[in-house]
Amino acid sequence: MSAIPLSHILILASILFIIGFVGVIVRKNTLYMLMSLEVMLNAVGVAFIGAGSAWQQADGQVMFILILTLAAAEVAVGLALLIQMQRKFKSLDIDLLSKLRG
Amino acid sequence: MMILSPLEWMFYLAALLAVVASVKVITGKNSVHSLLYLVVSLLAVAVCFYLMGAPFAAGLEVIVYAGAILVLFVFAIMMFGLGQDETLHAPKIASMRIWLGPCCIALVLLVQLLYVIDSSALQEKLTSNIIDAKQVGTLLYGPYLLAVEIASFLLLAGLIAGYHFAKPDGQYEHLNIQQSTNEKGEL
Repeated sequence: MSAIPLSHILILASILFIIGFVGVIVRKNTLYMLMSLEVMLNAVGVAFIGAGSAWQQADGQVMFILILTLAAAEVAVGLALLIQMQRKFKSLDIDLLSKLRG
Repeated sequence: MMILSPLEWMFYLAALLAVVASVKVITGKNSVHSLLYLVVSLLAVAVCFYLMGAPFAAGLEVIVYAGAILVLFVFAIMMFGLGQDETLHAPKIASMRIWLGPCCIALVLLVQLLYVIDSSALQEKLTSNIIDAKQVGTLLYGPYLLAVEIASFLLLAGLIAGYHFAKPDGQYEHLNIQQSTNEKGEL
């Protein structure tokens, strides 16, 4: 059994997740939205590791590694899209993407 | 009010630093500064992982997240151009003050790390419920083998998409020319 209670770990994870979620909702800059997404994915990782250590199972860390992979792929695609957006619109404002016309 | 053990103190301090740094990330005005706070936030979470008894995940967090993914962010921000970056015109003192915040948080985390490694009582408590890399690896290449394969597909898709989307528009033109000449040749 871990020295830190699971509930506190989950509270930390949800606080971090809410911070990231607020960032995604509030910010208009697409780069900040991507960074907030990173914070959210990280919060999910905290929840998994906390649960894994509470039950003394390695599954939590396996899930964390998979989340890490997901974050890497997501950032690669997201940043490439951002580069395209900067090139086309000369701005990173998400509102410019409201018209999807090929 | 119950008395917290040193381990709990370390954990709550690192958690607090992670939350503070995350709030600074989403409220920042300059993207590079927000990125700095994001690095510090990830380092604080790595300290939390270590204290939860997952040193392997803590190492991965520092190496892959803070080391690789955020460097990708830095590269992308550099590609966006520093034209709209307000730090270029800011006086030197102001930029020093901006660096100070992340530096202080990182320093506190370093002190925490040194204390945790140095304190034998803490180490004893930590090693009793540790999940090491061997257990994770056995699980990863046993029951989770299919998930690893799917993750490799995901990374391949990310690689191809990153290459395709980041390509400048001009690079498609020679393809169009070739296609049109082919069509003309066939006609």
